[in-house]
Amino acid sequence: MKTLEIENVHANIGEKEILRGLNLALEPGKVHAIMGPNGAGKSTLSKTIVGHYDVEVTEGDIRYKGKSILDMEPEERALEGIFLSFQHPVEIPGVNNAYFLRMAVNAKRKHEGKEELNAAEFLREMKKYLEMLGMKADMISRSLNEGFSGGEKKRNEILQMLMLQPDVIILDEIDSGLDIDALRAVSEGINMMKDGKRSFLVITHYSRILDYIKPDYIHVLKEGRIIKTAGSELVAQLEEEGYESIEEEA
Amino acid sequence: MAQEEINKAVSGEYNLGFEIDIETDVVPPGLNEDTIRFISKKKEEPEWMLELRLKALKKWQQMTEPTWGHVEYEPIDYQSISYFAAPKKGPESLDEVDPKILEAYKKLGIPLEEQKQLAGVAVDAVVDSVSVKTTYTEELNKHGVIFCSISEAIRDYPELIKKYMFSVVPMTDNFFAALNSAVFTDGTFVYIPKGVRCPMELSTYFRINALNTGQFERTLIVADEGSYVSYNEGCSAPTRDENQLHAAVVELVAMKDAEIKYSTIQNWYPGDENGKGGIYNFVTKRGICAGDNAKISWTQVETGSSITWKYPSCILKGDNSVGEFYSVAVTTLAQQADTGTKMIHLGKNTSSTIISKGISAMKGQNTYRGLVKIGANADGARNYSECDSLLIGDRCGAHTFPYLESKDTKGQVEHEATTSKISDEQLFYLRQRGINEEDAVSMIVHGFCKEVFSQLPMEYAVEAKALLELTLEGSVG
Ligand SMILES: Nc1ncnc2c1ncn2[C@@H]1O[C@H](COP(=O)(O)OP(=O)(O)OP(=O)(O)O)[C@@H](O)[C@H]1O
Ligand SMILES: [Mg+2]
Repeated sequence: MKTLEIENVHANIGEKEILRGLNLALEPGKVHAIMGPNGAGKSTLSKTIVGHYDVEVTEGDIRYKGKSILDMEPEERALEGIFLSFQHPVEIPGVNNAYFLRMAVNAKRKHEGKEELNAAEFLREMKKYLEMLGMKADMISRSLNEGFSGGEKKRNEILQMLMLQPDVIILDEIDSGLDIDALRAVSEGINMMKDGKRSFLVITHYSRILDYIKPDYIHVLKEGRIIKTAGSELVAQLEEEGYESIEEEA
Repeated sequence: MAQEEINKAVSGEYNLGFEIDIETDVVPPGLNEDTIRFISKKKEEPEWMLELRLKALKKWQQMTEPTWGHVEYEPIDYQSISYFAAPKKGPESLDEVDPKILEAYKKLGIPLEEQKQLAGVAVDAVVDSVSVKTTYTEELNKHGVIFCSISEAIRDYPELIKKYMFSVVPMTDNFFAALNSAVFTDGTFVYIPKGVRCPMELSTYFRINALNTGQFERTLIVADEGSYVSYNEGCSAPTRDENQLHAAVVELVAMKDAEIKYSTIQNWYPGDENGKGGIYNFVTKRGICAGDNAKISWTQVETGSSITWKYPSCILKGDNSVGEFYSVAVTTLAQQADTGTKMIHLGKNTSSTIISKGISAMKGQNTYRGLVKIGANADGARNYSECDSLLIGDRCGAHTFPYLESKDTKGQVEHEATTSKISDEQLFYLRQRGINEEDAVSMIVHGFCKEVFSQLPMEYAVEAKALLELTLEGSVG
């Protein structure tokens, strides 16, 4: 069974139709990369999946593990295992990063009927990842994303992904603004999550991250639709010829 | 996101809305010399006190109600208010306290019984203007600390009262202070002798209880040289329809090297979403750092009342004295709050800190009004002010009016102000991580108030947090 099926989705932001009959199915254990020009609707697609207020779905359906999720609240979708690493993570002054993350982890554990983690257990768990991601200890005691550099915000998103262990992972330009070391660390984090069951939806403009995380499929999103799906060999062609060259498949 | 969702998230029903039914001994409504004589007699006061009250009444009758606050309300008919109510039974021990009162404390989560065992919190419980029970008096006596009702103090410590009452807030200070001076029915008196560090947190829980009864509490705290005291005041009131006037006066005197920490949690009935039925809270709170190196800190968490008008202030007279004001004021429904502080720098090298956090939701209106005044001789005076407003939804408002009067060019004054909104993007981010909307709002709000909460005594901070949660997010689901 597919983990996530997006079927003929039309979605508006305000009055404007951004997604225009988009079809996409994520397979378990596979990495799906999405590429496409600026403004094509890639971030809109990710927002649609997680139930962002801005987006109104006017037609079509999204099914997660076989069930429609369009009527589910954003937090329910999250608790069920859908995770989005935001293109622009928002800053939340005053909310301690570690405190927030522990709340999130425990909300999920509670949802799954597991014991909540106490502070010590949580810290032990988190420490494993901090070092791997090259995150300074102070980042975890600061306010959530407040004053974080672009790269630090992205690492923080990956830290959350690692702690939350979601089943469908959507990464919206996780690689933008990362230095070479950070890109390697973040990719390593993503690769750690591959377990043959999880599905990944990786939105990117660059081939660099794809060299690390080895996508199974490349989808081209243009004008609100997936117009082509191919293997990773497509990346080279895109880099060479740009999106103009891509013809919509029948 | 949908506006209704935000409204739902912030419109917690008033959770402490219950009423205690105790027989009260109520004077008929109206205010004239006879009322004052009645009150004074009921309180078995000496003649000199009666005379002071009558003088205050005369002054009050010549004054007019202030109109400059950023609040709107129906005119108050002072002749329709009853100025005295006392529980009929006068219990001598805790066993004799009306079980209904004890029950009410339980509902508030502050059972007297438990408090006796709690780590050293003495409680002077004021129900309807008369002290019902004072605990821990003996332990305090050992240190020479006086902690009693103001009525007792007038009878037992006339010299201290004559010396300090009206010394910080003169009876003519303002309309409401004059009214209070004439009709105050009870309150608390604290005296900490020289060099004594008060061995426990002192606290008084006020409750407004009889229908249509104004509350006129009067508190006087004197910390003698080199002493320290931390005093907590907490309030809640039952649901009712009548608007209730509350005009309290609090006076603090800190002598040389003394420190007074005064913390308030205020949770009176805020009225319904149209502002009907809430408490009018017009309070005059002022402290004086009378000697060198004295320190006074006001910390307040204000979530209740339909109208709040309150400016805890510090007169920094002694050299190197310190004044602090930490405040969280929450307005939701149709609540209006006009609060702030005054820091009057008179002595040399005096310093003051003002941290004000206003939270507005639904139709709430929050006004900060702060005055920093630096006198001609206050060389080296310093002030730091920070006024932050947090808006939840778009029908509420925040207003900031900082005033600075400086006669001393050497004074150093810094003012920072921010207004932020809980944005949909912030809420969405937290929800995408599996945190429900209620918890998301409360997380952001707690973060916003952190600096103030950290000033409260531990248990009080826990209470304040819980209260904020009740106020802002009772009914999401
Ligand atoms: N809140 C909004 N209000 C109005 N228009 C919006 C809003 N969000 C997105 N859009 C519009 O929707 C279209 C798709 O935007 P989207 O962010 O999905 O593009 P994208 O493919 O992620 O582009 P990029 O590669 O630049 O990140 C754009 O034309 C954008 O201007
Ligand atoms: Mg985008």
